[in-house]
Amino acid sequence: MEFFRIRKDIPFMRHALKFNIISLVTFLLAVFFLATKGLHLSVEFTGGTLVEVKYEQAADLENIRGALGKAGFTDYQVQNFGSSRDVMIRLPLKGEQNTAQLGEVVMKSLAADAPGASLSRVEFVGPQVGKELAENGAMALLLVVIGIVIYLAFRFEWRFSVSAIIANLHDVIIILGFFAFFQWEFSLSVLAAVLAVLGYSVNESVVVFDRVRETFKKVRGLTTPEVLDHAITSTISRTIITHGSTQLMVLSMLIFGGETLYYFALALTIGICFGIYSSVLVASPLVMWLGVSREQFMAKQKKVIEGANEEGAVV
Amino acid sequence: MNRYPLWKYITVAVALVLGFIYTLPNFFGESPAVQISSAKATLKVDAKTQARVEESLKSAGIAHEGIQLDLNGVKTRFADTDTQLKAKDLLEKAFNPDSADPQYVIALNLLSASPHWLTSLHALPMYLGLDLRGGVHFLLQVDMKGALTKRLDSTSADMRSALRDKNIRHAGLSREGERIVIKFRDAETRAKARSTIADSQPDLTLAETGEGDEFRLVATLKPEATKKIGEFALKQNITTLHNRINELGVAEPVIQQQGADRIVVQLPGVQDTAKAKDILGRTATLEIRMVDDAPGSLEAAIAGSAPFGTEVYTERGGQPLLVKKQVVLTGDRLTDAQPGFDGQTNEPAVHLTLDSAGARIFKDVTRDNVGKRMAILLIEKGKGEVITAPVIRTEIGGGRVQISGRMTTSEANDTALLLRAGSLAAPMDIIEERTIGPSLGAENIKKGFNSTLWGFAAIAVFMILYYQMFGVVSVIALASNLLFLIALLSMLQATLTLPGIAAIALTLGMAIDANVLINERVREELRNGMPPQGAISEGYERAFGTILDSNITTLIAGLALLIFGSGPVRGFAVVHCLGILTSIFSSVVVSRSLVNLIYGRQKKLTKVAIGQVWKPGNSAGAAAVNGKNEG
Repeated sequence: MEFFRIRKDIPFMRHALKFNIISLVTFLLAVFFLATKGLHLSVEFTGGTLVEVKYEQAADLENIRGALGKAGFTDYQVQNFGSSRDVMIRLPLKGEQNTAQLGEVVMKSLAADAPGASLSRVEFVGPQVGKELAENGAMALLLVVIGIVIYLAFRFEWRFSVSAIIANLHDVIIILGFFAFFQWEFSLSVLAAVLAVLGYSVNESVVVFDRVRETFKKVRGLTTPEVLDHAITSTISRTIITHGSTQLMVLSMLIFGGETLYYFALALTIGICFGIYSSVLVASPLVMWLGVSREQFMAKQKKVIEGANEEGAVV
Repeated sequence: MNRYPLWKYITVAVALVLGFIYTLPNFFGESPAVQISSAKATLKVDAKTQARVEESLKSAGIAHEGIQLDLNGVKTRFADTDTQLKAKDLLEKAFNPDSADPQYVIALNLLSASPHWLTSLHALPMYLGLDLRGGVHFLLQVDMKGALTKRLDSTSADMRSALRDKNIRHAGLSREGERIVIKFRDAETRAKARSTIADSQPDLTLAETGEGDEFRLVATLKPEATKKIGEFALKQNITTLHNRINELGVAEPVIQQQGADRIVVQLPGVQDTAKAKDILGRTATLEIRMVDDAPGSLEAAIAGSAPFGTEVYTERGGQPLLVKKQVVLTGDRLTDAQPGFDGQTNEPAVHLTLDSAGARIFKDVTRDNVGKRMAILLIEKGKGEVITAPVIRTEIGGGRVQISGRMTTSEANDTALLLRAGSLAAPMDIIEERTIGPSLGAENIKKGFNSTLWGFAAIAVFMILYYQMFGVVSVIALASNLLFLIALLSMLQATLTLPGIAAIALTLGMAIDANVLINERVREELRNGMPPQGAISEGYERAFGTILDSNITTLIAGLALLIFGSGPVRGFAVVHCLGILTSIFSSVVVSRSLVNLIYGRQKKLTKVAIGQVWKPGNSAGAAAVNGKNEG
């Protein structure tokens, strides 16, 4: 099998402006939704209590809501979690309440209606922990960005590292935009997925850039857009196959992983799809706008050869 | 050109064998067991205990699958959880005939069911996190300010008695926030007091303040002393938690410091969270204070104007009692507390034993206050209760004190347990709690396992269809990656959580990238007309730089998660980082050695099975006839 039978380099760069406009629009939309709707943060970030209850028969959510109301709870959320027999109850933080005991209180108020209910999971997060988690998440994101910029600048060139990080941060914002638009729950594991995607789709840019560097060094007489086109074209099959394979795994998580891994896998899916797009069609035009050229690589190579004191001719 | 030296093959083979051995225990799983360990420092669990376990099981007719003795105690395996529970009840009765005073901790546990030779190699199954095995997780915040206040309170009591011993008269000594202020009538006394206090309390910084008639001495804790108190409080709390959890009977509790002022407590397998929380959260301390029996003052206090230095408490039974704020003795001076009965009235009682300093203070106080009443308070969660307030009849020496009065037997037991298990040096709050039921844990394992399995299967099918022999090699490399990763996790005994399983799946999905890169590169070289051997070698060489770069960027993200992540994210990050490391080895070295084994020896290799290699200029049909292809 060979899926990709490309005779000539595809002129991606001719459409560079269009791609950048598309990205800009999606990016702005994502920012808009983040700003207007905001993220639906999980209990881990906001603090509060989460109770997961398993019923023997399909649970009647209205009944549960009634029972909770009667027990004096306010501002609670009750929803099915995975199956009709599993129910998730979310309670916000209350100032003076002894939150640590909340799980039992909830169970007691539910037990009256459905004796067969059993407690599967209780999660209580105090306010200070939630704040810290949010801060640590931001720090982790910052560290990833700085680490990758430094590494790519050291390994390639600042133009590459800047465009790779812009392209991939744009992915991150778009993932967050999706979560804001659909009001999917943004939990710690989603954050982990976002950061993993950041590392992963930078990969993608690295592979293309690697090829760009190689083409600059090996082939003479090509203009910068041509070099970029060639690099993207010759790596496109690998790009699609790799991402397809990773997506197979993520799809399997989406199907078999249950509710707990669902949003994690969803974030990865969006990340992978936009990762392909952005690292190829956003990062490369950016490199071009930033003015990458053959000389930047030739100079470096010269130095290496002189330093290594090798005999071979200087290209 | 495509041959590895022998040592490289051997390295790969050894790595695979090691990987296999250390992965093996995971297939045997774990069997239910009952663990018996000592609840007391003086009591040793040894071969005799083991014999006793064997005997009692035999006489009750409960079948077991082996008894072993190790550092943690005697562990007995059972065929199923029903037998395990039965055996636990039996052993509980046999070993702790007096449930009020347990000598042993009898706990349910899971033991690796792998054969002995594996266990002796330290090949253990992966350590499953709470979300996979069920249990309770608490994050406790230690109130350091509380520890400081407590320390200052006891320091001010010490200062008071030091000044009294030296006959230095002061006009009032009190704690104001985080400092102790002593008032004097003249500067001379203050100077004397200062030198006395400086001698006896090296942890304090003293400063003289006051104008005109007022002579004050302000004592604050030195910063290093504050730090030491904090560290000590944390350590003391951890010890106390250990003692309390021992009473709960948990097989493998995790009690660890996290950060400067937090403690993580994990109790695998514990389902009764209410009791766990109750035992953990109780911050009972004992305080002995004097009762203010001056006529009229109690009525005044109830009316709202308590005389200076006193406060109202309720006695068991409901009567209010006016108690001085000054603490004579605290639970810190306690060396033991046992439930029992009063020798004369036969009422339930708690017998306390004080340390030598405590005994001396107690003797002095009782001597000076014969005929007055003394209140024994139990302070729980900031609320105090007077257990009893007996009249002091004679001087009590020897440090043995008995508390009795309106207690039931179980109350006496509880009080003794709380006092014995030690007081917390500082109050704690639960700031995070996670409880996972056992069925949810099993479900999580199943879900995680299924996701990985089906994802892996899908990738394997696709890779083999698309790359043929090279696809098979890639799949074997990917499988070896999984093997190494699980072996590494088992060896390190890192905690595996559901996000960890997700990380395994994701890492596998990403690791295939390296093989795709290699295979595509080899195809490309073939397309450019390179002979197969050259194409293989070039493909691997050229792909390596890219693989390294892309793995390092992923690793940067993984490390950031590891550093800043907590809880579920950390579980994800650990596996993710380890997986990236193993994937470099398996996708490059293992797959290359396989390719070398398959193709490296053929000198005149004309075609390799890497699927169709399409050349521009040729039609698809022509490509099929092309010699470098295999149908």
